[in-house]
This record gives sequence, C-alpha cells and structure tokens, in this order.
Amino acid sequence: MNSDYVIETKRLQKVFVSKVRGEKRQVEAVKGVDLIVKRGQIFGFLGPNGAGKSTTQKVLSTLMRPSSGEVKVLGYDLVRQQDKIRQNVGFVSQVGGADLASTGMENLVLQAQLFGIDAKTAKKSAEEFSQRFQMTSYIDRSASTYSGGQKRRLDIALGMIHHPQLLLLDEPTTGLDPQSRAYLWTEIQALKTDGVTILLTTQYMDEADKLCDTIAIIDHGQIIVQGTPDELKSSVGGDTIVFSFVSSEIACKAEVLLNEHVKLELLQVTDNSIYLTIKDGERTLPDLLRLLDGSGMHVQGVTLSRPSLDDVFLKYTGRSLREDGQKQ
Amino acid sequence: MKLLHDVRLMFVNNLNHTLKSPVFIFINMFQPLMYLVLYMPLLGGLGSVPGFTGGNTANVFIPGLLVMQAIFGCAFVGFPLIDDIRSGVIHRYLVTPVSRSAIILGKVLRDVVVLLAQCILITLVAIPFGLTLSVPGFLLSLVLYIFIGIIMSCISYSFALIYKVEDSLAPTMNTITLPVSLLSGIFLPLALAPLWLQYLAKINPFSYGVNATRDLFVGNFQSISIFEGFIITGIIAVVMFYWSLHSLKKMAT
Repeated sequence: MNSDYVIETKRLQKVFVSKVRGEKRQVEAVKGVDLIVKRGQIFGFLGPNGAGKSTTQKVLSTLMRPSSGEVKVLGYDLVRQQDKIRQNVGFVSQVGGADLASTGMENLVLQAQLFGIDAKTAKKSAEEFSQRFQMTSYIDRSASTYSGGQKRRLDIALGMIHHPQLLLLDEPTTGLDPQSRAYLWTEIQALKTDGVTILLTTQYMDEADKLCDTIAIIDHGQIIVQGTPDELKSSVGGDTIVFSFVSSEIACKAEVLLNEHVKLELLQVTDNSIYLTIKDGERTLPDLLRLLDGSGMHVQGVTLSRPSLDDVFLKYTGRSLREDGQKQ
Repeated sequence: MKLLHDVRLMFVNNLNHTLKSPVFIFINMFQPLMYLVLYMPLLGGLGSVPGFTGGNTANVFIPGLLVMQAIFGCAFVGFPLIDDIRSGVIHRYLVTPVSRSAIILGKVLRDVVVLLAQCILITLVAIPFGLTLSVPGFLLSLVLYIFIGIIMSCISYSFALIYKVEDSLAPTMNTITLPVSLLSGIFLPLALAPLWLQYLAKINPFSYGVNATRDLFVGNFQSISIFEGFIITGIIAVVMFYWSLHSLKKMAT
C-alpha cells in the first residue's frame, strides 16, 4: 500500500439486484473500476447521468457496499475498517443533507459532535466554518429559509466540519446560479491548498477543466480514459471545426464529400451540423470551405476551436456530453 | 460510553424539533380527549356489566384510552423520518461514525417523553370525570405505555425506512392501528365479547397491555395479567427496535 494513495480500488464492481414480479433483475452500475487517487489532488469524475459516478462515490463513502473488488480508502479496508474511514472522510451528496428544521448553526454543531468532538470545540469549529464560508448573516436562521447557494455552502461545511483528509463532493454545483458556482470553485480550490484530497463528480466540462488535477471520464460504469485536462485535450489530437448547414440532408452529403477528400481524425453529424477534428485547423479551414462551396453545399456557419473536454468526451464515448444531458 | 453519548445527542436534537412546535403535542392528544369527554359518559349506565369491576367506568375506560394514545400517538412518527431520508439527513448521519442504534433510539426516546407527558395530562383531565387510581399502579402503567409506544414508533420507523414515501406509510399504519386497537378492548372490556372475538384478542399483544394496566389502575397487583402484559409488550418492543435498526442498516448496502 502506497501511503501517497488516498483511494485505491481494484476491479470495483457494484450490482443492484431488484425483484420485478418475482423475477430477479440485475443492473451493473459500476463495472470493474480501477482507480488511484493521490494525496492532495482534486480528482474529477466526469460523465453523464447514470454513468456510475455517484455510485462509486457512495461506495467510497461507506454508504454502499461494493459487490466485488478491493477498495482501500486512506489505507483502510472499506469493508472491515468502516469506522476509521467514516472518521476521516467527508461526503456531500447531491441532495446535500442539511436538516432543514434546524438552523445552520445547530446543524454544524451536531455534525461535529457526531464525530466525537466535544460541545465547546464543536461550537467554536462551527463558528469558524460559518465565517470561512461567509454564512454569518444567516447561520442562526432555520435552514428551510436558505437559498440554493446558501444551503449548498452549509452542505459543504457539514462535510468539512471534522477536518477530513478526503472530501467526496457529488455534483457540488449542479443547479446553482453562476455567482454561487464561482464562489464554490474558489472555496474548493482553497481546500486543496489546505491539503485536503478531493474527489468530485460533475457533468460540467468547464468545472472539471477549471478545478481538477486529474479527470477520469466515466461512462456506462467504466472509466474510459483518465489523465490531466491537458493530456486529455491533446489526446484528441487536433482542432475542432463545426460546420452548420440549412438541412440535415446537406449535412449528410457534406459528410460524404469531406470523407472522400480530406484525411480526418473524427467526424460526426448531428442534425444540421458536422463536427470534425483535424490537425492544423486554422490552415485547413479555408480549403474546406472552398471545397464545400464549390460542390454547392452552402455553409451557414462555421466555428473553429481548440480541443476542449467536450471533444475529449466525444472522442472516447462517441457522443457529446451536452447532447446526452438533454435527452434525460 | 459512545452509545449513550450518541443517543443523548440524537435525543436532544429530536426533542428540539418537537419543542419548536409544541402545539402538535396537544393536537396529538385531541382524539383521546374527545373520547374522554364525548364517549365515556355513554358508558355510565354500563357499571353493572361484566368487565366493569367495581362499577367505575372511568377506571376501566381511562387505562384503555391511554393505550390508545400510545398506539395512535406513535403510529405516525415515521412521516418526519421520510422527510429526513428525502433531504439526505439520514444518509449524512450514516457516513459519520455515529452509532446506528442511536439514530433510532434518539427518535424513540423523544417519542416516549412526549407520550409520557400526554398520558399524565390525560390522566389529570380524567380525575374530575370520576377516575380513582392507585398511584404506584399508575406509575407502573406508564412503563407499559412506554413499551406500547416503542412498539408503534419502531413499526412506523421501519416502514418509513422501507417505503421511503408517505403514500405507502399512511395506509399501512392505518391498517395496523385499527384492528389492534379494536381487538384490545380499549373501548369496551373484552369480557363483553363473544368467545371467538375473545380468542382473536388473545393473539393481539396490545390486549395484554390493556388488561395489565386496568389491574394496575385499581391496585390489583396480584393479577397474573400484569406479569403477562409486561413480558409480552416488553419482548415485542425489543424485537421491533431491532427490526427498525435492521431497516436502517439496510439503507447502506
């Protein structure tokens, strides 16, 4: 066991068994995940809904038992040393977990005491967190009166109050307004400076890009690719060009034409648009435009962009993350 | 000791929630009080009927009424728990080292304290209606009501943890409370019942509780039914507690 590893999983698998009219049905939510998270990192799970991100996090938090595989968290065995893990890990689930019938302060003090912290220290600690997360103006109000952003801060403070070495954040900024998101991003980065290791899940490319040292793209219960944001982006191997046309028929015709004449790394058609990845996009773009125009395919719009994590996701899963989100 | 420490934390937290809107403690007593004022006088003429020992209807009716408070007062405590499950509070507790028993016991203990306050209040109100009671007998009866309250609370918590939605909890608890209360002779002594009904009542644990508390109220301490009442409700209370604990632990598998 490497003491630098905060999380280490081998072939982690989670199967849900449900009975529908007496018939057993199995759903494999996590299909053999090998994962290493090093101390001091912000590690991101990026993937669409139902990819297995949250399930993996729940297993790591001791909230779910793995169906098979080896899991070590902070060097402790997940099955046999649950209490050690619980004492040193913070988990903030997607719904949060603040008790809305209590005030923020009552929530924080109780949470600290649940970790065995005495009442006086718990109170002091709660006040510190209230200041640090700029919650002092509403901390003594019932949590049922909080705005989305205020409640989210309380949720995260609840996960932090016992000073865990590892913090698990499940979609920390989903559903928040832009200001609250930006605020939480700074706060999460500050936690990293304090030496806390963070494993977060997200559906947002920009969030993963901005916060994470390492990103694992997870889809259908498996890690498809993993690396630093830069590594992943350069693995796409080129720039992305999007052409849009009047109709999808023209887009399909254009696809055939482009495939015949140009050496492309990746090409995908969605509705009226063609996404293609190509080396040296800036120089190639004028030629492509001339080619399309010369064949009577009128290009309505064009964008050229450097590789983004969207493109990474597209390359490895064959579909766009945003598209996937819309379907749900 | 860790368990006691955790139970105290959870109990105080739950009691605080209840005390934030204490009016519900009284609203929760409304049903038995209505029976006391509007129904018990109907029994006045039944003093000579079998089962009404000594001709005092209040002494027969009030112990049963308090059992009714224990059954109905605790049957619906699972509803706020469903709220807590939905808002992630229970899962937040489960990823802390807090004792799982303490999560349940903190709630049950709060229910018991509320129930005790309600039983004492109802008894005080009943005295002008002709209730005469043995004080030691009454105090021992309170233990029986606690057992019955624990049984109902734990059943309610178990179903809340299993269903996780209100729509299923309400009909389930209604289905349980009605037969167990009718079959325990709360409203009229079972001595009046035909034999088949009396046999049916024998498989209802709450009927033993009602018989025991009736003997306790009049200070009839030699009665075997007191012993039966404590043993049967006590054992079931322990079993139901473990069932709810098991249901809670199943949430993290």
